[in-house]
Amino acid sequence: MTTKKQIQDFIVLNNKKINSDYFELELKAPVKLPEIFPAQFIEIHIENAKDTFLRRPISIHDIDYDKNTITLLIQIKGEGTKTLSKIEKDASLNIIYPLGNSFSIPDKKEKVLLVGGGCGSAPLLFLAKYLFNKNIIPYILIGGKSENDILKIENFGEYGNVFITTEDGSLGFKGIVTEHPLLKKEVEKHNISKIYTCGPEPMMKAIAKIANKNNIACEASLENMMACGIGACLCCVVETTSGNQRVCCDGPVFDVKNLKGWE
Amino acid sequence: MADLNIKIKNLELKNPVLTASGTFGYGEEFEDFIDINKLGGIIVKGTTLEPRQGNPYPRMAETASGMLNAVGLQNKGVDVFINDIYPKIKKYNTNVIVNVSGSNIKEYVKTAEKINHLDKIPAIELNISCPNVKQGGMAFGTNAKSAAEVTKAVREVYKKTLIVKLSPNVTDITEIAKAVEAEGADSVSLINTLLGMAVDVNTQRPLLSTVTGGLSGPCVKPVALRMVWQVFNAVKIPVIGLGGIMNANDAIEFILAGATAIQIGTANFIDPQISIKIIKGIEKYLSERNISSINDLIGGLKMESA
Repeated sequence: MTTKKQIQDFIVLNNKKINSDYFELELKAPVKLPEIFPAQFIEIHIENAKDTFLRRPISIHDIDYDKNTITLLIQIKGEGTKTLSKIEKDASLNIIYPLGNSFSIPDKKEKVLLVGGGCGSAPLLFLAKYLFNKNIIPYILIGGKSENDILKIENFGEYGNVFITTEDGSLGFKGIVTEHPLLKKEVEKHNISKIYTCGPEPMMKAIAKIANKNNIACEASLENMMACGIGACLCCVVETTSGNQRVCCDGPVFDVKNLKGWE
Repeated sequence: MADLNIKIKNLELKNPVLTASGTFGYGEEFEDFIDINKLGGIIVKGTTLEPRQGNPYPRMAETASGMLNAVGLQNKGVDVFINDIYPKIKKYNTNVIVNVSGSNIKEYVKTAEKINHLDKIPAIELNISCPNVKQGGMAFGTNAKSAAEVTKAVREVYKKTLIVKLSPNVTDITEIAKAVEAEGADSVSLINTLLGMAVDVNTQRPLLSTVTGGLSGPCVKPVALRMVWQVFNAVKIPVIGLGGIMNANDAIEFILAGATAIQIGTANFIDPQISIKIIKGIEKYLSERNISSINDLIGGLKMESA
């Protein structure tokens, strides 16, 4: 998107622990938020985290333009996110935003499917809400290792028809997302015109394969490691049909047909 | 207001703050955050004769107080630079300097020759120190003889200010600095990244696709500062200092150690406005001490015991 990028101090309104692996941060912007689109992300500077030098790119989970807040759903992965998980209410966080492109929004009549794995479901809530507000009710398929990784289902339920898979069978269908009967039922019958996916790369690749096989458009939001997040360092590249492209600003969303090794 | 103007041969800078190649794109990436025209100059991404795809992902690993990169000079080649990028960035009212790299002397020469024709490019920075390419790059900068040869060949075709960027991955950096000075370099910039590596103990694999990469950030600053001081005492041409500069005090340390100008690199990734903040910080430092010109500070390290 062409929205001007900004660097500002946001205030922590709420830091909510979801379970031992995930937490949710609600951050208040110091100025009126510009329009932000699904799959766009922010870069957070985390102070005083051990051995953490660079900013952390985090996707936007939800936006409230009335409250002027951005909500993030974060998985604790390393020292940076661990420190961030302990941040207190009213603390300030330096943020660069909004970054990256966004999912393309379909015409009203289309039937679309959102497929998220683990923390990859975070930006899909924003997308589901965005689609819902445009009168598109998506199918939403969320997968995880166990029920611990299935997050905010009640919120997803407000915007679409939700289906769940867990590898250990602790919640929903037992298996991985690509094995869910929904894919057989809806994708192979061509009731769906587009798939949006975000999650672990093997999962997204498997979804892309199914989409390609059935000739359905598919967009994936990638999460390569980044240094700058604004297109300068060339660290986060992905191999595409038109050469190495930057996930931070040519992405994070790519049409899977353009990604090498995703055929 | 203190005078921040400096000169490197014929290159006039409104202040001593440049942005380092490979950390600032072509300037455009930072237009949302700062007024590019307020910088002393920008050094754009390493440019080669032919387009290069660079190294495979992963190209980056975070380290304590810094980062490793193995980008490998990904760029669209000098012709695309001249035809597509130069027309967009020549509007900047600051010095746009091109970092030039190659696999052999011929490539360096041809690239430099093409850039010599561009009116709004007052200088090049000859990159003989990139640790992330298989051929050329650092190979030229780790040997005084080959560093001299490539400098001499480029000097014959390049008529404007010629800066040579030196590698820290050498036994004695002053030998390389003296060798390129003797062949007509107008200035040396140092340091490029230090060769390093990192390992993932869970997968037992290297974190970079190339195994080794270039270390940058505050962790390299003491090494960079030491080398700037050594080179300042060994050559007559102006020295441009870089390596882990994160704030104005870091910049002033380099200037006291002998740097005429400094470059901001990795810090641009953490704070895209840092270059402007450092200019203001240097100005404040001079004003508070009633130093009328930045030139009075260069190499001003006090050596007598207190």
